[in-house]
Amino acid sequence: MISISQQTWLQPWIKLARGEQPAEQLRALTKTLLVPLAGVAVFLVLWAVAAGQINTSLGAFPGPVDVWQQGGALLEEHAAERREEDAFYERQRERNAQRQAVDPSYQPRIFPYTGSATFIDQILTSLMTVTAGFVLASLLAIPLGILIGLSRTLYRAFNPVIQLLKPVSPLAWLPLVTMVVSAVYVSQDPLVPKSFITSMVTVMLCCLWPTVINTAVGVASVDNDLNNVSRVLRLGWLTHVRTIVLPSAIPMMFAGLRTSLGIAWMVLIAAEMLAQSPGLGKFVWDQFQNGSSDSLSRIMVAVITIGAIGFLLDRLMLAVQSLVSWDKSADLR
Amino acid sequence: MNKADSISPRPGRGAVRRLAVLAAFVLTVFAGAAKAADKPLVGWPEKPELTFGFIKLTDMAPLAIAYEKGYFEDEGLYVSLEAQANWKVLLDGVVDGQLDGAHMLAGQPLAATIGFGTKAHIITAFSMDLNGNGITVANSVWAEMKKNIEHRDGKPVHPISASALKPVVQAYRKRGERFKMGMVFPVSTHNYELRYWLAAGGIHPGYYAPHKGDTSGQLQAEALLSVTPPPQMPATLEAGTIHGYCVGEPWNQQAVFKGVGVPVITDYEIWKNNPEKVFGVSEAWAEKYPNTHARVVKALIRAAKWLDENDNANRAEAVRILAQSEYVGADEAVIANSMTGTFEYEKGDERPIPDFNVFFRHNATYPYYSDAIWYLTQMRRWGQIAEQKSDDWYMQTARDVYRPDVYALAARALIQEGKMTASDFPDFDSEDGFKPPQSEFIDGMTYNGREPNAYLKQFDIGLKGDQRL
Repeated sequence: MISISQQTWLQPWIKLARGEQPAEQLRALTKTLLVPLAGVAVFLVLWAVAAGQINTSLGAFPGPVDVWQQGGALLEEHAAERREEDAFYERQRERNAQRQAVDPSYQPRIFPYTGSATFIDQILTSLMTVTAGFVLASLLAIPLGILIGLSRTLYRAFNPVIQLLKPVSPLAWLPLVTMVVSAVYVSQDPLVPKSFITSMVTVMLCCLWPTVINTAVGVASVDNDLNNVSRVLRLGWLTHVRTIVLPSAIPMMFAGLRTSLGIAWMVLIAAEMLAQSPGLGKFVWDQFQNGSSDSLSRIMVAVITIGAIGFLLDRLMLAVQSLVSWDKSADLR
Repeated sequence: MNKADSISPRPGRGAVRRLAVLAAFVLTVFAGAAKAADKPLVGWPEKPELTFGFIKLTDMAPLAIAYEKGYFEDEGLYVSLEAQANWKVLLDGVVDGQLDGAHMLAGQPLAATIGFGTKAHIITAFSMDLNGNGITVANSVWAEMKKNIEHRDGKPVHPISASALKPVVQAYRKRGERFKMGMVFPVSTHNYELRYWLAAGGIHPGYYAPHKGDTSGQLQAEALLSVTPPPQMPATLEAGTIHGYCVGEPWNQQAVFKGVGVPVITDYEIWKNNPEKVFGVSEAWAEKYPNTHARVVKALIRAAKWLDENDNANRAEAVRILAQSEYVGADEAVIANSMTGTFEYEKGDERPIPDFNVFFRHNATYPYYSDAIWYLTQMRRWGQIAEQKSDDWYMQTARDVYRPDVYALAARALIQEGKMTASDFPDFDSEDGFKPPQSEFIDGMTYNGREPNAYLKQFDIGLKGDQRL
């Protein structure tokens, strides 16, 4: 399973645990672990030195130590907020009990917690939004890509529109999407907040294109031998797509999906910042507006978190790709 | 009952029966009265889940305190407080219903109701605070101003009049440069205080001409005023886009801390104990949810009292709460100054102003008609109200927007519950909503809320009488 999902960096640890060739594994670990760690250490030192030199009106530029401290502070605030939430529900239950004692006809209601979102809450909100936007985009892009890849005519028809919409920045889409969502999504008690829909649609509009184009190219460049086999066997159109086209287009398709996911994550942060929608983007903007001496450090914490999450999402796509791909020996980066 | 009793009723037994009936009647009446006294003045809230908006300024404190100290929860209200990007977004939020109510500039409900800007009937039953603003200028401007200010013991004599700024503005205009200043909103208290100060020093701050479609407020101006959101003001000053601004705290102290500007005067010195922010709701909302509105006011009154209690003893804790990221978020040290009664002008020049922020003293929370009328007169003075209006019009508009009746209901409910005493409030039976004539203005003019047109005639700079641009 480990080799199938291409997480080769885990192999030396597993083999060490099993006691197989310890010397070999240690050498492998030095290559795969110590060298990257040394690189990161050098970067941290350079950062700390440079940060000390830059002085802004909000205080010195944050170095690794400040960022680490603020990271801890944010986690503590999250824990404190969860404790507050428990106390809040406790108080509500007491108040309901008191009121029922006085007025037995009262129907007790428990109201949701009114506190503000913490850093961890914002991370979860952003992850949910990006997943929703990306899945929606993929559901639209993959069928569209397959269609225009298979038919030259459709490709020629759709290509100008795709090329026109591809370079549009999310910040240009945002006002339009906001107005449309406000007009169309009218409900007194919405299940999903408007800001979520707006962010999701903006993300979808921007991350659609790499998947469409790459899928189309992948589908169009199926090996001729395979196409001939399909014609000889007189496969139906759906069977042809399912057994011949899709499997050989997987590498290109996933290349597109990986790029799309990366773009989706970047677009989301920008959209959240501009529209003040809940998420990591809003967190960064709020910190900037506050202008306290912790603000820059907290923004750096958010930046590192954004980068880490982007990295993890990419690795996730890679694992999925190697699970789905038929060519297990292909070297995926 | 035997015949003997009915023919000849013995006074003793009959009297006892009558007495018993009378006693029963009296007891029932008293019991009924006692039950009526126990019945609360304000019923249960119609809408317990509420969302209020605010701008990141220290005077949103009553909202934060009412939340943190559980005063909202005591009233059965579950309130979410949401910071808004700027005053326009905040007003739009209240108008279209996304926010149930908000921390508003005193001029916003008035301007919205008379139709300057977005038209909507907004009312207020609670004044959030008095004072709390300052005017800051850039370091370069201060260096020039200092030469025109009298010094005593090495420190400038306060209050500093804008006549010290006049030569600086004239120098800019001679060089062909525009002297630009920032304020937070066209109908903000800061706009009117800044204009009042500039005009008192002989600098023309510009007119509005909405009937001609000109809402820039820069007609015939010597100093050009424009809008900037409060948290961005120190940055804009540093960048040189503006040469000074008028804003609430902590943004004046922030400028001193960061070394980008120097506060020259506070609005306490321009007009002592001037009304500043109000808690505004739409009239439709208040009609639909009267109990909820009264309960919100009750919670806010308690919060305001806590803030001023024991000679500002609770202010340090208030500062700690406000410094939290979701409220004001600025450093504690920056917020602490003004909230605890000191104000730093030039770096190192700290002076005591114990009443810089007043939340409850001096009947700060009562919505006085005369306060509303002052703002209306300033709107007229600078042309936002294009035509002359009768004194009656001013009174009627004030009555439409300011609602001391809701305030009185909330206050009475608090007194009934024993949470506050009658001495905390003005005498509701005799209070008519007009303060006696006030003269503690920087230029010594007297303001009588009952005679707005006569008041306007006193000024050199500003529209008066039936003048029309």
